[in-house]
Amino acid sequence: MSFETVIGLEVHVELKTNSKIFCSCAVEFGAPPNTHTCPVCLGHPGVLPVLNRQAVDYAMKASMALNCEIAEVTKFDRKNYFYPDNPKAYQISQFDKPIGEHGWIDIEVDGEKKRIGITRVHMEEDAGKLTHDDESGHSLVDYNRVGTPLIEIVSEPDIRTPQEAYAYLEKLKAIMQYTEVSDCKMEEGSLRCDANISLRPTGQVEFGTKAELKNLNSFMHVLKGLEHEEERQAEVLSDGGVIEQETRRWDDSAKKTILMRVKEGSDDYRYFPDPDLENLYIEKEWKERVEASIPELPDARKARYVKKYDLPSYDADVLTQQKAMSDFFEEGLELGGPAKQLSNWLMGEVNAYLNQEGKEIQDIPMTPKALVGMIQLIEKGTISSKIAKQVFKELIENGGDPEKIVEDKGLVQISDEGAIRGMVNEALDNNSQSVEDYKSGKGKAIGFLVGQVMKASKGKANPQLVNQLLKEELDKR
Amino acid sequence: MEAFDYSLKELHEQLVNKETTIEKLVRQSFDRIKEVDEKVGAFLTLDEENAIARAKDLDKQLENGELDEGNILFGLPVGIKDNMVTKGLRTTAASKILENFVPVHDATVVEKLRDAGTVTVGKLNMDEFAMGSSNENSAYKIVHNPWHLDYVPGGSSGGSAAAVAAREVPFALGSDTGGSVRQPASYCGVVGLKPTYGRVSRFGLIAFASSLDQIGPMTTSVEDNAYVLQKIAGHDERDSTSAHVEVPDYLAALTGEVKGLRIGVPKEYLGEGVSEGVREKVVEALEVLKELGAEWEEVSIPHAKYSLSAYYMLASSEASSNLARFDGIRYGVRHTGDNLIDTYKKSRSEGFGDEVKRRIMLGTFALSSGYYDAYYLKAQKVRTLIKQDFEDLFLKYDVIIGPTAPTTAFKLGEAVDDPMTMYVNDILTNQINLAGVPAISVPCGLSEGLPVGLQIIGKHFDEATVFRVAHAYEQATEHHLEKPQFKGGADS
Amino acid sequence: MERITKEQIRHVANLARLELKEEEIAHFGEQLDDIIDAAEQLNELSTDNVEPTSHVIDVRNVMREDKTKPSLSNEDAMRNVPETEKGQVRVPSVLE
Repeated sequence: MSFETVIGLEVHVELKTNSKIFCSCAVEFGAPPNTHTCPVCLGHPGVLPVLNRQAVDYAMKASMALNCEIAEVTKFDRKNYFYPDNPKAYQISQFDKPIGEHGWIDIEVDGEKKRIGITRVHMEEDAGKLTHDDESGHSLVDYNRVGTPLIEIVSEPDIRTPQEAYAYLEKLKAIMQYTEVSDCKMEEGSLRCDANISLRPTGQVEFGTKAELKNLNSFMHVLKGLEHEEERQAEVLSDGGVIEQETRRWDDSAKKTILMRVKEGSDDYRYFPDPDLENLYIEKEWKERVEASIPELPDARKARYVKKYDLPSYDADVLTQQKAMSDFFEEGLELGGPAKQLSNWLMGEVNAYLNQEGKEIQDIPMTPKALVGMIQLIEKGTISSKIAKQVFKELIENGGDPEKIVEDKGLVQISDEGAIRGMVNEALDNNSQSVEDYKSGKGKAIGFLVGQVMKASKGKANPQLVNQLLKEELDKR
Repeated sequence: MEAFDYSLKELHEQLVNKETTIEKLVRQSFDRIKEVDEKVGAFLTLDEENAIARAKDLDKQLENGELDEGNILFGLPVGIKDNMVTKGLRTTAASKILENFVPVHDATVVEKLRDAGTVTVGKLNMDEFAMGSSNENSAYKIVHNPWHLDYVPGGSSGGSAAAVAAREVPFALGSDTGGSVRQPASYCGVVGLKPTYGRVSRFGLIAFASSLDQIGPMTTSVEDNAYVLQKIAGHDERDSTSAHVEVPDYLAALTGEVKGLRIGVPKEYLGEGVSEGVREKVVEALEVLKELGAEWEEVSIPHAKYSLSAYYMLASSEASSNLARFDGIRYGVRHTGDNLIDTYKKSRSEGFGDEVKRRIMLGTFALSSGYYDAYYLKAQKVRTLIKQDFEDLFLKYDVIIGPTAPTTAFKLGEAVDDPMTMYVNDILTNQINLAGVPAISVPCGLSEGLPVGLQIIGKHFDEATVFRVAHAYEQATEHHLEKPQFKGGADS
Repeated sequence: MERITKEQIRHVANLARLELKEEEIAHFGEQLDDIIDAAEQLNELSTDNVEPTSHVIDVRNVMREDKTKPSLSNEDAMRNVPETEKGQVRVPSVLE
């Protein structure tokens, strides 16, 4: 029996406002416990929420970037449930009138394009952080995070493979970073993902029973968790079993999903409009103002790179995945860097270095100006591409000015014909066997001779000139 | 005369003329409390040491000539209902669950009064979380009606009404969700105002039903009431539901002039369920207003009879969510159980009284899956109809007048565990909260020795007209000068 | 007439995190039944074209600027907490 996988993703993104969504406490990751709280976010008796305008602007901006329709009237509702990290015993969220609905994003997997629908984008407040204290056997609550503004982005069940889920998350993250509504650091929890996955026999219209996956701490965990769950469910179903509606978590050390709890019926959150917060009427001018703040998004940038700079689609894709990378590229272009070479360096040497070091492009000391300067030195013939690798290493590790590095280390290319001709003749004199080979038609021998000249010049001789002069001198013999 | 038989303005003049000091006034308040509160039970917490220290401080300011002559409230003692948070002063909402709760900040109204120079003497008894009409739902002690100690003072601001009636403080703050300022004002023969929803900040008021709650002044005269509202009204950026509407000069509205005033008297307010004694006093009051030049005619509020059910559904639903935070985790009293859920259940079951539990249950039910549309949403729609009824009437009439409560105070213990009978006490007041309009209760005489309250209802944000009518009526009669005699009780 | 069953009362009490004794379930059940029964009266009214009122005064778009203000000290934040540990609120284990 063959199955079709159906995946839906719920992504929570923390908006990077200065203050919390309903009070004026600072939003800051990593502060000592319970030092960023006030009576409002602690849910003390008598307090009232006041909405942060910036949070709404960011939520609207994100919704627009995800091609959502923006609600004309939107409101906040209370989601009632008891938990120690939820101080009021209700979370202020949005129920039936979310800020954005009916959006989509385009993804590409193995060269195939696909559009994934976005059901809704809604605003809500984050909860506190619970940790378990093994010593005392109790749990401890830190309320610093309570009230950090969040948007929840719910996808349609359009995703069919774990790879598509991965591509969707990459694209979503890129859009959030381009719009600068969030820094999307999964390790700090500013982007979190829950996944719903179910299988159905190929051809069946109704969805199967879904499992919810939690504790997915990286996109790689999402991918692995979904792959594992896909296999597990297929096995159960093939054996004639049934899938329970349950919540499972990904255990990365065991490399499998583990049952957390079986869901009994649906939760009853008793949503109702929050009487403490007034409705939001989103008028044209407000929408236009936010719309005007949306920068060029990754898809548009990618298309421009292909069309204007003639970059391969794959390269354009890699360059635009991370906003910082793309911004680096853009800055390089503005400084007069040649697109093709810039792209090659970023895709090749720069990415290799970042992967190896586990760094982000914003963490390295090399500036776009330095990289462009180095490329220009190659183009002018001041340094050879071989020497350039030495210069690059210095730049990416320690930064600095490429021209000064070339000068200080004496790396300038030798393009003096007389000097090179001397080195060429010396090489020919010392390697008569190769000269003979060349004469008897073994063209390969010239490569060895070039190498000898380059060695003699400590890599600084202009390779084209070396080639040209070698041929001239050989012909003379 | 007792110290607080004087009006706020007279007390202010005594201070200006150095006939008394703030310390003296504050001590007089504590003396009076010591004298009568054992019988009345109005106060839950007293703050004597701090109050006297503050009084001395303020006296120094007076001596240094730092008195704003227009600031009538400067130096006057006040009692605050115990559901408004007071920094450093225990605030319980008359519930066991908050027995040890000491707020870390002040309610906006408390801040405003302090800025005006008042001295808080203590926190006033009430029905637990403002749920009740007799003050018998206090987890700490019963409040007795100063007119007759065997009778209830009304609720939920029963402590506030009784303290003012017994002249323990010259004025107090109460809160009104379905009649909780006006009904006890009526039962205790004082003046109580529920302002327009959004007129006074709710920040720091422990929420019962957020879309209905308003804080209001309780005083012995309309003029005093206007002075207090003047100080506590206005937009507050900490309360999203507080309105950006200018606060007029309420004292300037007290012209005594009601000639040509158009009064609507809903027939539903004088019909079935309203006692003969109450009806008689209200009709007399209407005659007084007529003699002053006003005109009244009978009108109808078609959806009046639906307000009680709509009110209890909405108020209980909001309450079920508002009171969820009292779970023994971050403040209040925790009763640790075998596990987390057990701890929640123990803390809440030990911490809340029966009426609170009843309303939490009702509200949770009305919001629960499968019942929301039939009960909560339906009640919200009925609320729209009731609001429209009032809007329609106000196209033609300046004020609407009727009794505040269908009866005078009833005997303690009479309806304690009979919610349906108890809820009927609110029948003439809660629709005003549903409509969000302002209303005042002023004394209009005694029926069998117990006070009757006249309710004057105005348009949204038109407290000025409400005050003007109430003041004109009050000045034409002497009901507000009558004082309680502490009948009954152990002595009877 | 019974509109609300004991089972429902138990369910609602659990949602509200209230622990009710058997006699309370019976007693509250009866009282809630009366209240709900009275509320059935609302169904006499046709409200098909009536908008619900959740806010009685029409106030719109209330927002504040994204500015921070000082928070409470840890000491003040923990002042009313029944049980604290390491500057945090201690609760019974959330692990089952």
